[in-house]
Amino acid sequence: MRASRRLLASTDEEAVVAPGNRRWSLRRRLTVALSGFGGLAIITLTVAPLLGPTPIGLGRVFDTSIPFADNVDAQIFFIARLPRALAGALVGASLAVAGVVFQALLRNPLATPFTLGVSAGASLGAMLVITLGVPVAVSGIPAVPIASLLGSLGAAGVVYSMATLRHRGLSTTVLLLAGVTLNSFFSAIIMFVQYSADFTQTFQTVRWLMGNLDVSGFQPIVAALPLTGAAFAMFATLPRALNLLTLGSDSAAARGVDVLRTQRVAFLSASLATGAAVSLSGPIGFIGIVIPHLVRLIVGADHRVVMPASACLGAAFLVGCDVVARTIMAPFELPVGVITALTGGPFFLWLLVRRQ
Amino acid sequence: MTQRFAWFILVAWLSLVDVLHTQTPQRIVSVIPAVTEILFAIGAGPQVVGVGSHDQFPPEITDLPRIGGLIDPDVEAIIALRPDLVVPYATQGDLVTQLERAGIPLFAYTHGTLRDVLTTIRQLGKRTGHATEAAAVARGIEDDLAAIAGAVSGRRRPPTLLVIAREPYSLRNLVASGGSGFQHDMLALAGGHNVLNGATSRAVQVTTEILLQTAPEVVLEVRAEETLSASEIKKEIATWQFLPSLPAVRNSRVIFLTGSDLVIPGPRIAQAIARFALALHPDAPLPTQ
Repeated sequence: MRASRRLLASTDEEAVVAPGNRRWSLRRRLTVALSGFGGLAIITLTVAPLLGPTPIGLGRVFDTSIPFADNVDAQIFFIARLPRALAGALVGASLAVAGVVFQALLRNPLATPFTLGVSAGASLGAMLVITLGVPVAVSGIPAVPIASLLGSLGAAGVVYSMATLRHRGLSTTVLLLAGVTLNSFFSAIIMFVQYSADFTQTFQTVRWLMGNLDVSGFQPIVAALPLTGAAFAMFATLPRALNLLTLGSDSAAARGVDVLRTQRVAFLSASLATGAAVSLSGPIGFIGIVIPHLVRLIVGADHRVVMPASACLGAAFLVGCDVVARTIMAPFELPVGVITALTGGPFFLWLLVRRQ
Repeated sequence: MTQRFAWFILVAWLSLVDVLHTQTPQRIVSVIPAVTEILFAIGAGPQVVGVGSHDQFPPEITDLPRIGGLIDPDVEAIIALRPDLVVPYATQGDLVTQLERAGIPLFAYTHGTLRDVLTTIRQLGKRTGHATEAAAVARGIEDDLAAIAGAVSGRRRPPTLLVIAREPYSLRNLVASGGSGFQHDMLALAGGHNVLNGATSRAVQVTTEILLQTAPEVVLEVRAEETLSASEIKKEIATWQFLPSLPAVRNSRVIFLTGSDLVIPGPRIAQAIARFALALHPDAPLPTQ
């Protein structure tokens, strides 16, 4: 057992270390990456609540002599901005790591957290609640997040059972095809629901699909936290196995990886993280595909570094984009998805060209 | 000489077409709820042969053919009704182009300000041969508006947020009336001060930060659906407890009104403004409806 583990460690070390980083030990790479990306995330998270369309005084925010009910600065800081920044960090980190995991699982660089129908399922759930006005609110959590979470988990369940039904093990090809098909299928139902909805409802559904981090309070974050926490706990077990899985499932199995178990955990955790993120903020595109690639371009392909670095950069990037989205046209705000694609896209292309 | 004659024929034909077009239409198709209401209010109801799929008022339209709505007008169904006047919405570019190609006369309509509602009523009256009735309807509305304005004049205008839409049982994706358009005018006439006065657009997506910053003393929510039950409305009002520090929430001045009259800039607009006024100033000597 010990021998096999040592073998496992040595092979993946050799196999997937990026060319530029060959001389650095894992510990050193991890320290540098985490202090860089983690520092960026912490700085963004600290600065984000201070910026916004309304000027607020930091002294007044923390002035306990003014009752909270009369202290608008404190209200804006604690009810509007801080939860918003935290939601952005949670969603950004979840989508970025889910992107990494899906790309490794499907061995496809174009995979995103939304490839396998998880977000389409979530969107369908949300659409149904918005248009049918289902009056459910479980212990204070409004119906839309719950429905979108159920939709995403339902979609993941369908795709997973498709991929395991007729195959020994988990067929990633079927997973991918079933996911893409389910995506179009759900999109068709979404279109139908939107078409039969009335005008204000259609507007609401379109706004939901654009994504929105304005969670107005900590409660939605607290509600999403157990799922996200469970997903990240599973993520923590994956990096080593994913390193080997990217070489192909046969090679991974030959090196002692329980391939099926790894695939299951990867699929479940990434779906859970994506479902929780989408139910919190709606589908915010681009992060799940660009952040993983960006991180790989910088730190190499080792998942032990890529996964934590992606979480940090995803969080920093989304929180930063949200600051831009809500200040650039203040007092109005742009959908944050517009900013993520507009800023991240060109930068990613530039990095891609420069590296080659 | 022949050329002159040809010109004469052409001009004569064009003027004939013009005359025919401006003749009183007998087969009118209305796509937008507000226009349908206006047509029936001014006595042009018997000339209406088709209405929009979302139109609900007045009850006389129940049996009329439906021809789609703002986003999905059914051109084929409209043309099949052989209309001699169609009133589409200004943004329905494709529909307008197709109807023009079919040679069907159109009346350009768009939602505007409160004053535009009265103008539209008068113009539609002239166009449909009911100028006198339309003028009377418009004057009646003007009188009602003057009465409401008189009843609330001199009173403090509470800073009010007029909420048009939001996610069910949540304060997310909240849309409120900005500083222009008929809904803003309705609020102003009813004796409220729109906290989003500064916004130039008609509808504004409002974030939590803007809600807290503008600190409305009254939240007035309007919904077109009349199907919401009392308990559902109660729950929707309770949703505002997410922001307990908002002045309107602290003073329990979140008011939820339902009814299509509140969101349709048609002949029932004075009645809707009176409901606003009553909500904002419960003790004002408002004329009873």
